[in-house]
Amino acid sequence: MTRGSSGENAGWRMRGVAVLAVVSALGVQAWAPSVGRAAVPEKTQPGGELTFAVAAEPPSFDGHRETTFAMIHPVAPHYSLLLKFDPDTYPKIVGDLAESWTISRDGVTYTFKIRDGVKWHDGSLLTAKDIKATYDKIAFPPPGVVSVRKASYAALERVEAPDARTVVFRLKWPEASMLANLASPWNFIYKADILAKDPRWYEKNIMGTGPFKFVEYVSGSHWVGKRNEDYFVKGRPYLDGFRALFIRDTAARLAAVRGGRALVEFRGDSPAARDDLVRALGDKIVVQESSWICALTVAINTEKKPFDDPRVRRALSLAVDRWEASRVLPKIAFVKEVGGVLRPGSEYAMPESELIKLAGFWKNIEASRTEARRLLREAGVPDGFKFTFKNRDVAMPYQPVGIYLIDQWRKVGLNVTQVVQETGPYTADLRAGNYETSLDFVCDFMDEPDLQLFKYLSSDKSPANYGRYKDPVLDDLYLKQARATDPAERKKLVWAFERRVLDEMAYQWPTLWWQRIIPHWAKLRGWKITPSHYLNQDLRDVWLAKE
Amino acid sequence: MDERTIELPGLAVEARPLAAIPRGMRSLLRFLRKKPLGAAGGFIIVAMALGALAAGVVAPYDPLETDFDAMLGPPTQAHWLGTDAFGRDVLSRIIHGARTALLVGFASSFLGATLGAILGVASAYLGGRVDLYTQRCMDILISFPIIILALSVVAMLGGGTFNLILAIMIPFIPRVSQVLRASALAIREMPYIEAARALGMGSSRIILRHMFPNVMASYLVMLTAFLGQAILLEASLSFLGLGTAEPIPSWGLMLRGAAVEFAERAPWMAIFPGLTISAAVFAFNVLGDALRDVLDPKLRMA
Repeated sequence: MTRGSSGENAGWRMRGVAVLAVVSALGVQAWAPSVGRAAVPEKTQPGGELTFAVAAEPPSFDGHRETTFAMIHPVAPHYSLLLKFDPDTYPKIVGDLAESWTISRDGVTYTFKIRDGVKWHDGSLLTAKDIKATYDKIAFPPPGVVSVRKASYAALERVEAPDARTVVFRLKWPEASMLANLASPWNFIYKADILAKDPRWYEKNIMGTGPFKFVEYVSGSHWVGKRNEDYFVKGRPYLDGFRALFIRDTAARLAAVRGGRALVEFRGDSPAARDDLVRALGDKIVVQESSWICALTVAINTEKKPFDDPRVRRALSLAVDRWEASRVLPKIAFVKEVGGVLRPGSEYAMPESELIKLAGFWKNIEASRTEARRLLREAGVPDGFKFTFKNRDVAMPYQPVGIYLIDQWRKVGLNVTQVVQETGPYTADLRAGNYETSLDFVCDFMDEPDLQLFKYLSSDKSPANYGRYKDPVLDDLYLKQARATDPAERKKLVWAFERRVLDEMAYQWPTLWWQRIIPHWAKLRGWKITPSHYLNQDLRDVWLAKE
Repeated sequence: MDERTIELPGLAVEARPLAAIPRGMRSLLRFLRKKPLGAAGGFIIVAMALGALAAGVVAPYDPLETDFDAMLGPPTQAHWLGTDAFGRDVLSRIIHGARTALLVGFASSFLGATLGAILGVASAYLGGRVDLYTQRCMDILISFPIIILALSVVAMLGGGTFNLILAIMIPFIPRVSQVLRASALAIREMPYIEAARALGMGSSRIILRHMFPNVMASYLVMLTAFLGQAILLEASLSFLGLGTAEPIPSWGLMLRGAAVEFAERAPWMAIFPGLTISAAVFAFNVLGDALRDVLDPKLRMA
């Protein structure tokens, strides 16, 4: 049996856990901020209210059903998780409500010891029953309840609460990514009694055990939380409260930060915004940067002609000079690295030496475009062929990348009309297959092949696959890599999956991976950037330096 | 033979026998002399129209051609109005953008004004229930501010040039209809209309042959006034992301996205398209005012 604890390195033996440790070692280097505060510990100063800007409003307050930062940034400070990613040593996992845990030798039983004396915001005590009820809702949602990450818990057979402080997760088979999934920042722990009465109560209400209690939400304006005096970590949070300001307009949001009305926007700003803020505020602004587990991908509807032909899809990819994009686009958008299906530099990512062999990643763009033209001719696609490219009405980074793609396709004689849509209709069209080509995105909370490869599975396996294709070869490779016990073997399988998706079939493919840029006021302390804007948002360790 | 020197501000035209000048030209010269501001507006519009028609020849660069080594470049000899975030020439995009502006502007204001005129005059002539129902429909439409109604139409139909024309055209219909109905109501009571009816002329013939020509002055004035508004609306909707989409050059579109993002570092990206929109709207407005003064008999007599 292997063990882990909230404060120490977990000494796991199972393969998936070993993987996490390796990723931990590599990952920290991969996202070390280029500009940051000195590492010398400072004396924390309690008190004050943190104001931050959020670019959109939460569709609901339920983390189990939502997928947007607009929910997680204002709502996360109210909740605790079972496990969480340590922002200082990402992707190391530490306990949040879990005090310690053990994993059986066969990798199918996870036993968690829950902290004692944790109180809900209404003063009642948290028990293992609450954890069980939460994960039952996530993995086995009752009819009418949406759980968008349900598929990630396919290996979970049942959750048990044998006593008030013990939770046991029993799996059908060992799953490499299970521990990481239990540390998902979306898995807010909810109260069992409330869920029993109304499983959808949390869509419109807040009741957690997190560092901040809910005060008010005024739609179109703000969200306010105040310090939870009974928080289970003594001396935390440092802040008296927080105020999230909903500011949709980019210029207005930037002005709010510049004027000090908001100290930060936690999702990420553009290079131009960073430069403007640094120019205007000098040393009052600190910039933290990291690579980001987000990429813009090109979705191609394989049910529409001529995109049902792999030669045409391959040609579309071959036409795009990703290396030039990586040189020029970071000047105007928060994108940076060229990569395959996994974040460049992460443990399982394909190295550049392998990547440049795939269609669309060749270093010689002229040869690549010549091949693209040849494939188009061979597929019977005439010069000047017209098609539509759908894009999301979100300036950063969708618009610059969209314009770049259209320009690249034009260079091989394709005539592309861009249709820009609001997020609602844009997503609806993607899901319904009402498009020819479209910009799409993948954003995850950690580097894990199970998460990043999921999107590319057959459409009957993955609701996030908008390419509408079915490929048993890919599905088989996915299952094999998910259950591979040897990291080297898993890496081979992951790369084979990538070759199939990006090169042989060119179903859908990434453009550039994002670069997370967070300029914030220097007086905001105790917050550290991670490669995911979904992580480290409980504000537990954040404090404000007195001016 | 009567010989005179025609005095124009800043322009001396050599005297020619007036009889030798064609009538159309005489009217034009009179308009230039009496309405110099309107003439200036007309000149801007003609220049814009010619630029739009010959954009492929006049524009120094392909408006879609990117040059990533010239991103966010300031105005230089190579790029008179600078370059945008993709290294595209701002001047070339403004010249090509005139096509979109004028196409949407002319099409929507012409269709809106014409449909409004037909409804207004027919409603006035036919009277009774037709007039009642038509005008109540117009009242409903006119109760929405122009931009709100246009936004709603685009939100329902989606973006694109054709939908943009529809969206801008619809708010113009009730406004033209109500003005022309008022004029047509007075004309309907004129003896010559009664005479036409007495001679057994059909309603459509009376409307087309006798009523329309008499409301033509109001129609033309409204048409030109709405042209400026239509261009401004097209720019506004494109700025809001509801009009034409990148990479098609459009003045409103040039003001959004990177232009906002880089407003401090590359102000030329917003200033020049903004000035162009202002100039176009100014031109159509002053021309509209001048035409109203010239064509309206009451104002002409005053």
